[in-house]
Amino acid sequence: MSKEETEKGHHRIDYPAFEATPKYQELRKRQRGFVIPVLIAAMAWYFLYVALAVFASNWMATPVIGVINIGLIFGLLQFVSTFGITMWYVSFANKRLDPLATELRHELEAKQKAGVA
Amino acid sequence: MSNALVLAADTANAGASDPILNMSIFGAFVIVTMIIVIRAGRNNKSANDFYAGGRSFSGTQNGMAIAGDYLSAASFLGITGAIALAGYDGFLYSIGFLVAWLVALLLVAELMRNTGKFTMADVLSFRLHQRPVRLAAAISTLVVCFFYLLAQMAGAGGLVSLLLGVNDQLGQSLVVAVVGILMVIYVLVGGMKGTTWVQIIKAALLIAGAGIMTIWVLALNGFNLSTLLENGVKVSQALEAPFDPLQPGLKYGKNPIDFISLSMALVLGTAGLPHVLMRFYTVPTAKEARKSVVWAIWLIGAFYLFTLVLGFGAMTLVGPAVIAAAPGAANSAAPLLAAALGGPVLLGIVSAIAFATILAVVAGLTITAATSFAHDIYANVIKRGEVRPNAEVKIARITIVVIGALAILGGIGVQGQNIAFLVALAFAVAASANLPTIIYSLYWRRFNTRGALWSMYGGLISSVVLIAFSPVVSGKADPTGALTLSMIKGVDFHWFPLDNPGIVSIPLAFLLGIIGTYSGGKKENSWIAAEMEVRSLTGHGAEKEVAH
Repeated sequence: MSKEETEKGHHRIDYPAFEATPKYQELRKRQRGFVIPVLIAAMAWYFLYVALAVFASNWMATPVIGVINIGLIFGLLQFVSTFGITMWYVSFANKRLDPLATELRHELEAKQKAGVA
Repeated sequence: MSNALVLAADTANAGASDPILNMSIFGAFVIVTMIIVIRAGRNNKSANDFYAGGRSFSGTQNGMAIAGDYLSAASFLGITGAIALAGYDGFLYSIGFLVAWLVALLLVAELMRNTGKFTMADVLSFRLHQRPVRLAAAISTLVVCFFYLLAQMAGAGGLVSLLLGVNDQLGQSLVVAVVGILMVIYVLVGGMKGTTWVQIIKAALLIAGAGIMTIWVLALNGFNLSTLLENGVKVSQALEAPFDPLQPGLKYGKNPIDFISLSMALVLGTAGLPHVLMRFYTVPTAKEARKSVVWAIWLIGAFYLFTLVLGFGAMTLVGPAVIAAAPGAANSAAPLLAAALGGPVLLGIVSAIAFATILAVVAGLTITAATSFAHDIYANVIKRGEVRPNAEVKIARITIVVIGALAILGGIGVQGQNIAFLVALAFAVAASANLPTIIYSLYWRRFNTRGALWSMYGGLISSVVLIAFSPVVSGKADPTGALTLSMIKGVDFHWFPLDNPGIVSIPLAFLLGIIGTYSGGKKENSWIAAEMEVRSLTGHGAEKEVAH
């Protein structure tokens, strides 16, 4: 790909230098710092649930309120956590990622224009 | 399977089902969607239009289309049936399909949208060696689509015998052919835009239909979930073979490792399904791609909550014994519940929705496979990128017809075979062959071409080989020992103990990516790697919406 891309002029911007700027590093840190730990936690929480359901099924069958047992509550909590993480990420991305990404994108577009001209 | 269907057809819902009514409602769906597809197809000139719907869908629309693409008949009929017959474990199974979307939301959707154009291979080959990586990604795309498509087509055959009372071989083959031809027309005429609209309409119908039935079932139980569950327990305890539907492990407790393997495939496979990934290119920006996944999560989550109620509704209003004896067994739970609630009219509506579901899913798979073949294999691997865009779209159109023919022949060929495992296999291949390389190429700078090839081919080959030597293909006996539950009957060459290869093939593929990278592959161009990462996070240079 490298050759064709160079010909198309994508490389007028010095991406390695851009990458080293503190503002870009901040964006990268925020994105990685959110998605990786949150996803690991969500996966751990899900596989904990699966493991309990198949290995500790009798404990999961313990009734809590009426016929509703621990397993059912655990399962419904998976829905709650999935919806919750989704809303949390959206609000994080809107506040902490999008403004910075937009700012950097405008910088890049300006650089590209300058390069072409 | 077909014998059992014929026998049971007379005993179960034959009285309630009205094939003419069912077919007219389905016919209405086909006519309405066809008009929309033809209108959508008017502006299908460029590759951007044909493959990505001009990138002009909103996040909300695309979220609905994703739900329409993802919620297959296996979800609607299969999970409702699994809950009706096995209680808790059906619910447990459904949750993996939802949680999986967090991987797509957090790790994949936005970065893919920012760095790709039409296919998964665009992203994977961005900073690696173009041709070999693209070819590997395209092969794995085609394999996943083929398995998934075959499962859907076989399901279409089974569904007609269940819903339309067509039990003979010829009639079922005819229906498979009709489904295949409709699918080809939708995709050929409408391209990605038409396909997307079919999926949006289907998602709206499916979720509304399931929602109405859910409210109905809850209303019969005083809007109290606990009362519904109690009634389910009462019904199940009164059976000849009583069971507690709220006890976890009835279905999966016997072989826990197998279920963990299946869960891994579901949770890690979704974000590697090529037809799901391709949907992210139909929106104008990464922010809209995020919004799509958020909508998809709400819709899919709500849908699986509905299936919990529908499953227990079928259990209490129809009864597990009747469902197990009906044609299609577990798959008949939702239609039988519809008949019990609203008689032949609701049954007709639900049957039509089930068909629409199959149509929308196969259309999505077909456009994905055709795009990958034309854009990745033909234009970039064979022609090395030296191809006019019109020629590429032409190849895509030919591919669609070929895929349609293969799907019809395959769907007729596998009739009556027990191939329900194919969907789980498609997820396992996606999780093993695709996801590791997607994650590594987006998040790991040192990753190189050799690592990608080892991981993709290793994941693909290991998952397919392990399934070939697993009990789903040969040598699985049912508990009574009288039948084989495998695809191939009468022989036993299995040595892999699990039904799903995920627990072995997924870690293996991740590991092969690391070993391949460090075992002497060249370092890649660090300039392009920097460009890819900057673009993935900022959206600079991302493909723009097409203005008409």
